Amino acid sequence: MEEAIIIEKSVIIIAVFALTMLMAMYSTLAERKIAAWLQDRVGPNRAGKGGILQPLADGLKLFAKEEFVPNTPNKFLFFVGPAISMSMALMTSAVLPWGDKLHLFGRDIILQATDIDVALLYVFGVLSVSVYGIMIGGWASNNKFSLMSAMRAASQMISYEVAMGLSIIALIMMTGTLSIREIALGQNGMNWNVFYQPVGFLIFLICSFAEANRTPFDLAECEAELIGGYHTEYSSMKMGFYLFAEYAAMFISSTILAVLYFGAYNYPGMDWAEKNWGVNIANVIGIFVLFIKICFFIFFYMWVRWTIPRFRYDQLMRLGWKALIPLSIANIIITGIVMLLVD
Amino acid sequence: MLTLFYILSAITLGTAFLTIFSKNPIHSAIYLVLCFFSIAGHYLMFNAQFLAIVHIIVYSGAIMILMLFTIMLMNLNKEGEKSKNAWSQIAAVISFCLLALVLLATFIKAQQPEYNYATKGADFQSIKVLGQVLLNDYMVPFEFASVLLLVSMIGAVLLSKKEHINN
Repeated sequence: MEEAIIIEKSVIIIAVFALTMLMAMYSTLAERKIAAWLQDRVGPNRAGKGGILQPLADGLKLFAKEEFVPNTPNKFLFFVGPAISMSMALMTSAVLPWGDKLHLFGRDIILQATDIDVALLYVFGVLSVSVYGIMIGGWASNNKFSLMSAMRAASQMISYEVAMGLSIIALIMMTGTLSIREIALGQNGMNWNVFYQPVGFLIFLICSFAEANRTPFDLAECEAELIGGYHTEYSSMKMGFYLFAEYAAMFISSTILAVLYFGAYNYPGMDWAEKNWGVNIANVIGIFVLFIKICFFIFFYMWVRWTIPRFRYDQLMRLGWKALIPLSIANIIITGIVMLLVD
Repeated sequence: MLTLFYILSAITLGTAFLTIFSKNPIHSAIYLVLCFFSIAGHYLMFNAQFLAIVHIIVYSGAIMILMLFTIMLMNLNKEGEKSKNAWSQIAAVISFCLLALVLLATFIKAQQPEYNYATKGADFQSIKVLGQVLLNDYMVPFEFASVLLLVSMIGAVLLSKKEHINN
């Protein structure tokens, strides 16, 4: 039995890893295609049919580029920076549920790498550590623009993490659990958390834009002021790792949004499908539904990027500390009062 | 299990010593982060998941990032900083010894109410039980800690405001 669990979990982990990579790869193409569509251009269309091989060509280009290392006293930290960014972007997926369960080979397979008691806190832990990749990389580049960018990234992430944590507290109060699987199961039917926590969802959405360093919060790589930001001195695949980590983080945070607020793999009529078509078919549909939701959020990220211009730095800080944090505290209090009244 | 403990302890002690002995303050801070991670590993070996994760969020994810932030901005790269005078060194040693005494006394004398939960058959590592212990058995100290944090927060705000007025 023990071996079966190990094999089962390994298969899930490898599948999720491959999937994250694939989604990150094709997010780069999707970003360029969506940008082109919004700006009335054609977009990349030379590599393969409709540009379908473009990510592979980009990867090949990055691999083939010259490996440049700036004159820095911290070569080791310079190498470690992108590695931290990438591994932190991939680590979060360990606790996310990708479906309820499948019934194969006479046993129930839960479609989640691991379900720990504090899964939601684990996500926050990984998020809070992921800024080290940018900070260490930016500092070790020995370039003042990179350093400035690293500073911006760090202060931005810390500011928005507070509001994000507070917005999620209202959700935890409602669901009464920190396990992401139980949160997902509790949204069965059309019981999606977004209907009960619209303000919390909005705050969480804004904060996840800031955490993923995406426009309008991409102050860390503000070309007009900071050259390329923290990856100015990076080249070749180390630079590729930073860019790739951003897309992987975007995929993961879209998944978190879909799972926490948009009903995870639940869809209307899931119980009926389970009763009439069996557990497996109902859950395979559930996985597809989850992916549709994830793809929508990835599209939303890109849509916002090519629609809304970048904030000024003081506006960003004011929004974080003076608008989102008081709003999320008020949200907690109102949630508490309503819960008491309903009881 | 024991080998894991030895490896973790070696990492904890090694990075702690490197924190003190490395010349570059940024390297010190990064070693300290590694040290905190290995301490979180120790917590995980006690099966205290909540403590481990909160430790990582608070220490590695918030405090050390702020620390690194300050060090990077201050640019403390010059070596051979002047050593402090003898009195402050003595005071530091004495206050450290007092702190160590308090901590030791706590660990030796402290009651462990988790045993009650363990005998009841409850999973005393779960957050529910932890919350019950904190808000039933340790209600007053818990509230005191929160007031203490609030006081320090207000103090920090006041300090920054004062500087602003003087300028």
